[in-house]
Amino acid sequence: MERDDIIEYSLDAHHSEEAGRKIRRKIWMVTLFLAVVTAIEVTLGAYWKEWFPLSAWNSIKWTYVVLTLVKATYIVMTFMHLGDERRNIRAIILLPYALFILYLVFIAIFESNYVHQLWLRFL
Amino acid sequence: MAGDASKALSNDVLWGGGRSPFSISYGKMMMWFFLVSDALTFSGLLTAYGFVRHSTTEVWPIGEEVFRALPGLTGSYPLIYVALMTAILIFSSVTMVLAVEAGHRMDKKGVIKWLFLTVLGGAFFVGSQAWEWSHFIHGGGGYITTPQGEKYWVHNDTHDTHDPANAPGFHLVAAKPGHYLQEADGAHHLDHAASLKLWNERANYVNGANMTENEYGPPQYANFFFFITGFHGFHVFSGVVINIIVLIMVIQGVFHRRGHYEMVEKAGLYWHFVDLVWVFVFTFFYLL
Repeated sequence: MERDDIIEYSLDAHHSEEAGRKIRRKIWMVTLFLAVVTAIEVTLGAYWKEWFPLSAWNSIKWTYVVLTLVKATYIVMTFMHLGDERRNIRAIILLPYALFILYLVFIAIFESNYVHQLWLRFL
Repeated sequence: MAGDASKALSNDVLWGGGRSPFSISYGKMMMWFFLVSDALTFSGLLTAYGFVRHSTTEVWPIGEEVFRALPGLTGSYPLIYVALMTAILIFSSVTMVLAVEAGHRMDKKGVIKWLFLTVLGGAFFVGSQAWEWSHFIHGGGGYITTPQGEKYWVHNDTHDTHDPANAPGFHLVAAKPGHYLQEADGAHHLDHAASLKLWNERANYVNGANMTENEYGPPQYANFFFFITGFHGFHVFSGVVINIIVLIMVIQGVFHRRGHYEMVEKAGLYWHFVDLVWVFVFTFFYLL
């Protein structure tokens, strides 16, 4: 039986030894970056109370969110090769997801504030 | 990465039929669609966690105060163990991407080497998670509540939770009201006789964690811990199984005969996704 998955797209991903060296270099650079960001996150999590006043927690929280999104971008774009794919498949993967989740996060924060007020009033 | 995806083609050619407009194979596209739906599931779980945590009026435990143990050591090492787990998972993601790269050069030996290291890293991660679950479930000694609703932490030298009052060094430590976790400094340590009296009159003894109560925080805290890290751990486990199957097929030369190693790439997509989810679980469950 003829297989329909043996087509040019799979074969075309092949690259030479020389191109491989460049790709591996990029992979290790991204690895280093991810390791450094994780180390910063953990150190901040363990010691922030000794370094910053308690009121800094809100900015630290947002720093975490931003660092996480940066890490996620590198994983998806480099490790999962989405950055190397065509723009239309990138859009099909990312846009519907972003649409749903941004709304979900927005409504969860909005509603949980409201529910919190209700608990305070009636408990 | 070279390949069809980087060729400049006009829309007429791309969407004219007879080819994939995305320049990727069927299998890879379906893997991406599956990952999007899985990502929605995990996002739903983490958002639900955020909702409960944000709406509750109870004190919610803090990651660096709950997770600060290392196997075989006493003392406080906040988040070190989880950081180690994160590092293991990120590095197994790196070995996976190197396996994919080797596959693009039809380097069978390279694929076997890197894929084997990926399986090893995944197995280490699942094992680490088993230890963490075990530690979370058994807890650090637990607390009792008196009929008047006061809370006292249970201490003894052997961390015995089955019969703590008869273990050497048993005594109680008064808990700070409004705080879930134990305060290290300034806590009032009761003497043995007073401790024994309170222990015998206790209303409840909570130690470790289960689905209805836990010593760390509100019941939902442990429930979300079990569900989110459990669901993720199940993904890691199935990822390891998939990687082992692909590794066996690579060793048998199935993909070499086929002419390309795209199966490694597809398994790799799943594996990177597992790593990606952990990055978010790590932030929203342990750091925030």
